[in-house]
Amino acid sequence: MGVSSAHMLQDFLQFTFAGLTNGAIYALIALGFSVVNNTMGIVNFVQVDFVSLGGMLMFSALFAAGLPMAPGLLLAVAGVALAAMLIERFGLRPARSGNHLVLIFLTVGLSIILRGVIKLVWGKNRMALPPLTPDVPVKIFGASVLPQALWILLLTLVTIALLTWFFYRTSLGLSMRAVANNPTAAAVVGIPAGRVRLTSYAIAGALGGLAGVLVTPITTLSYDVGVLLGLKGFAAAILGGFGSFPGAILGGLGLGLLESLTAGYWSSAYKDVVAFVVLLLVLFVRPKGLLGK
Amino acid sequence: MLKLDGVSKNFGGLPALSEVSFTVPQGQLTALIGPNGAGKSTLINCITGVLQPTRGAIRFRDEEIAGLPPHTISRRGVARTFQNLKIFPRLTVLDNVLTGLTNEGGSSMLMAMLRLPYLRHRERRLKLRALEALDRFQLADKANWPAGVLAYGDKKRVELARATVGNPQLLLLDEPVAGLNAEESFAVGEQLKLLRSSGHTMLLVEHDMDLVMQLADRVVVLDSGKCIAVGTPDEVRRNPLVLEAYLGRMDATA
Repeated sequence: MGVSSAHMLQDFLQFTFAGLTNGAIYALIALGFSVVNNTMGIVNFVQVDFVSLGGMLMFSALFAAGLPMAPGLLLAVAGVALAAMLIERFGLRPARSGNHLVLIFLTVGLSIILRGVIKLVWGKNRMALPPLTPDVPVKIFGASVLPQALWILLLTLVTIALLTWFFYRTSLGLSMRAVANNPTAAAVVGIPAGRVRLTSYAIAGALGGLAGVLVTPITTLSYDVGVLLGLKGFAAAILGGFGSFPGAILGGLGLGLLESLTAGYWSSAYKDVVAFVVLLLVLFVRPKGLLGK
Repeated sequence: MLKLDGVSKNFGGLPALSEVSFTVPQGQLTALIGPNGAGKSTLINCITGVLQPTRGAIRFRDEEIAGLPPHTISRRGVARTFQNLKIFPRLTVLDNVLTGLTNEGGSSMLMAMLRLPYLRHRERRLKLRALEALDRFQLADKANWPAGVLAYGDKKRVELARATVGNPQLLLLDEPVAGLNAEESFAVGEQLKLLRSSGHTMLLVEHDMDLVMQLADRVVVLDSGKCIAVGTPDEVRRNPLVLEAYLGRMDATA
């Protein structure tokens, strides 16, 4: 009996760690969705491809440029942020439309274009990205955890701290919160909407890119790896309350845990279904999500 | 400071403003009065870029500003308050006032990331100024409240603090005491006096004639979108056109 309950605890911890790891990735992606939604009022479907692009840029930084891990990661994340800014500046802004539906469809189109470009540059093959540090599992309370999972949790925490600092301690962060709260008042106070949108895209790109760099060593790397991950990030954002930052984090972790516990205690066949069942349930029962306004 | 020349604004063919011309001299408080629907708020909206005038020139410090976007006009030193409040309800009172200082110095993403010590110093200085502004408007004790939960009078003062904290070249006040009780109106009036004596240039839209007559150096009277009189408060008070615009209407409604 003692042995079996120890096993049960070990299993539970194992599933929990796996859930938190995936959940942190969903949270990063969901935060990316939220940032753009807050400043522009739209769902930015390019977010899913930011994830793939992050993995691809990391791959090139490591194997084409021969960079070490840390500079490779920074370069890949910065690269996606830059790509995201270009997409906002030259893909969305020329539309000069305030119609949210038009802009959302535009992001769907831009997403397809970006995915095509990634396919052209890096090809259709599945590739392998090495983890940040060698894959020697660490034992934590009997559960074996990959160092990459610890990196994911750590870097997600660091990112959340940086975002909080940015939004609550800098003028530009304040400008972004002001635009999210009342765009008309923000314009008359002198806050340039263009710069705020550009910044929100840069942040969304960096978040998606970081998620891609961190998760692809666990999954595999391909030009469309971000699609399923991104949609789950989207589901997480809805679960937490679209546009709410704490909601994005809570929704991400919650979804990750739910998936992992379902896969562990029921069947891994249903793992991917969970996200979308949750998405539908939330939309039916509580459309504003857990922490939505 | 501000020179309007033949400013007209039509809404779907209906003229809201026709050929309005006057100047707001530096260091003076110019009051803009007129019956309801005279076009006062429309004019303020044209000056601040919220609306585009159909015709006419608006020159601020000898540069044409008609047609520029609101944030550009604001960056050139024009601040305003609104007749119907435009605050940030979910931000704290302090943050609301700090948004009035986002014009000062660029704060690009890169600077935010690279020049930490400089930035931290700058943010602290801005915060101090915002706290001073809150103090001037007796809001210091509510600095960390979300602005949305404040009483109406407090919200109006948050807007005033936000508009004045950056020492704008030109301050446009759209009915700053409307909806305030006598005590609050008096306090705001005292603040406006202080601002005037410290050399601020202001354009004040107000229905409260006592306040206008007390504060204004010059009065511009609008009626049905036309500028019908300009002069000192005493001149305007004796102007038969003005009396007709106001009293004529009172006869009609009485």
